[in-house]
Amino acid sequence: MTTPKLLSLENLPVAPPAGTREITYVEAVREALRQALTADERVFLMGEDIGVYGGAFGATAGLAQEFGEGRVIDTPISEAGIAGACVGAALAGMRPVGEIQFMDFVTLSMEQLVLQAAKIRFMFGGKATVPMVLRMPGGSGTGAAAQHSESLENWFVHVPGLKVVMPSTPYDVKGLLLAAILDDNPVIFVEHKLLYKTKGPVPEAPYVVPLGQSRVARTGQHLTVIATSLMVNRALEAAQKLAGEGIECEVIDPRTLNPLDEAPIVASVKKTGRALVVHEAVRTGGYGGELVSRIVDSAAFDYLEAPVRRLTGLDIPIPYNRNLEAHAVPQVDAIVAEARRLARGEV
Amino acid sequence: MSRSTQSKKEAEHLAEWGADGARQKLGLMMLIRAFEEKAEELFALGRVHGTMHLSIGQEATAVGAASALRRGDYLLNHHRGHGHCLAWFDSDVDAMMAEFMGKETGYCRGRGGSMHIANVEANNLGANGIVAGGVPIAVGVGLSIKMRQTDQVCMVNFGDGASNEGAFHESLNMASIWKLPVIYLCENNQYAMSMPVTKAMTVAQISDRAAAYGIPGVTVDGNDPVAVYEAVAAAAARARAGQGPTLVESQTYRWRGHSKSDKQAYRTRDEVKEWQQRDPILRFAARLGLSDAEREAMRQAAVDRINAAVAFAEASPEPDVRTIMDGVYA
Repeated sequence: MTTPKLLSLENLPVAPPAGTREITYVEAVREALRQALTADERVFLMGEDIGVYGGAFGATAGLAQEFGEGRVIDTPISEAGIAGACVGAALAGMRPVGEIQFMDFVTLSMEQLVLQAAKIRFMFGGKATVPMVLRMPGGSGTGAAAQHSESLENWFVHVPGLKVVMPSTPYDVKGLLLAAILDDNPVIFVEHKLLYKTKGPVPEAPYVVPLGQSRVARTGQHLTVIATSLMVNRALEAAQKLAGEGIECEVIDPRTLNPLDEAPIVASVKKTGRALVVHEAVRTGGYGGELVSRIVDSAAFDYLEAPVRRLTGLDIPIPYNRNLEAHAVPQVDAIVAEARRLARGEV
Repeated sequence: MSRSTQSKKEAEHLAEWGADGARQKLGLMMLIRAFEEKAEELFALGRVHGTMHLSIGQEATAVGAASALRRGDYLLNHHRGHGHCLAWFDSDVDAMMAEFMGKETGYCRGRGGSMHIANVEANNLGANGIVAGGVPIAVGVGLSIKMRQTDQVCMVNFGDGASNEGAFHESLNMASIWKLPVIYLCENNQYAMSMPVTKAMTVAQISDRAAAYGIPGVTVDGNDPVAVYEAVAAAAARARAGQGPTLVESQTYRWRGHSKSDKQAYRTRDEVKEWQQRDPILRFAARLGLSDAEREAMRQAAVDRINAAVAFAEASPEPDVRTIMDGVYA
């Protein structure tokens, strides 16, 4: 019997230098999937239209041709079935990577994720593992209206047993996806449709970005902006504009919402005394509430010079009209305005 | 299949088991009955808390089905599945009772309780408290078997109510298109909590639903371990040969209420009594030609074994509160 081909965390570099090769976010996703499929025979992909179609957003283009339909499996439109199949395969020792075509559709998978994937290990006294990844693109900005634009990440943050990852750069999406595949827990992996075409430096060889490590995306001393997913890019753009006014923002991307690495956030707020949380998901019950609580619960509390502010999606479904859609979630100008008010002590 | 042909085949299976094998299976049915009667008693005495879903009257299905499979095969189970756990390979009645009592020595270290018994080492991938919750999981287990190219099978058992869940239909469809080695064992005990099968679906038999997925569907007498064995063995042979899943419907009846809070207003005492006339244990004992004394001796042996399990469980430690976070994450 031949030794099975397995990918191992020990064999992979951790957060290596980015280098100079630039690829897009969606290419980085595909590269991670290809490298995992190549290196580890436990890994397989399943989802709707991920085979010859290549995935609704092209993340799996060419992989069915390269690895065969047995490992890049087109499924019927059965989101509960996809999630359940991932749970079962993971329980039986595989490393499934499922794709939910739009994050909105994960509502149809919730039972399998919340009551099965998240709880099996605990319910069985720690004697089972469910190493699965469920990828899904979230977010608005595509004119797809209320049922194809959701940002539901905080639903999963609220479920012990699940990990929730939300990368914002091509570099991170590759390294975090490989880390998620090698993680022994169920991981909800939230991509963003508007990030798929963004470019950035990505090492060609496989590597991991460990789950549970925040990233300081920009340093500054006047204000800490904690942003997730697409909002990291918008926060960086806003920070660039504000720098022209002499306001220096420190921008932090948690990258993994659960487990959250809060130390860099606390350290930053202790330094700046002001914090702004930015996310696309609706405000009420959103992740921002958790971030604000972590800050005010922490040693940073005594250093606060202003209320901790949230800039989030409005508490509405995403509208179709282009202008209304843009107003439903934070845009760069709004971040600039809010950060400026906060930095100037106007709130 | 005509009744006479079936009887002839069943007689052959019974001969295959041999006198000792058949008695061992009867003994297992008695062990399950004794376990659940004791659990019920302990609940009434307040020594087991929570709730439980007893399968008293359904023991033949659990024993017949497990007998048709091999060590190394997979089991997915639901919350009226105590019998399936006890009938599965390498089962440990001590660990089972300890789990009912919430002890550290229980199958799930006291974290799961009666609804979530699992024995992962023996490929018993656990019981589910969500109706049909384990049914889609069987697709993934089946896929893993197919990818590893072994000749294992995965049996998932569930109740009549589960066959009305969307997850059931997604699962059967996926398993059929990929010809996965899955055995869907629907234990039709006539009621989903209070909803009778006859009001919950228009098909005459749950096995008719197999036709929608182009797979075989068979209905058998679930109070006859040989009939269940035969159907599950045929389904396993088909699965191992790469021909895909089968839906087996086992017609049986739960003697007790749905759970511990059921006043059973939806059925008559006469109906329950009528089914109790078809007690799978008494029927099988009679078929094996046991005298009353022999049968009683076997029953007493089962009761003794359960009492020993209770003693083990009661002597076992409670989980240490300091370990409360164990198992949330790997």
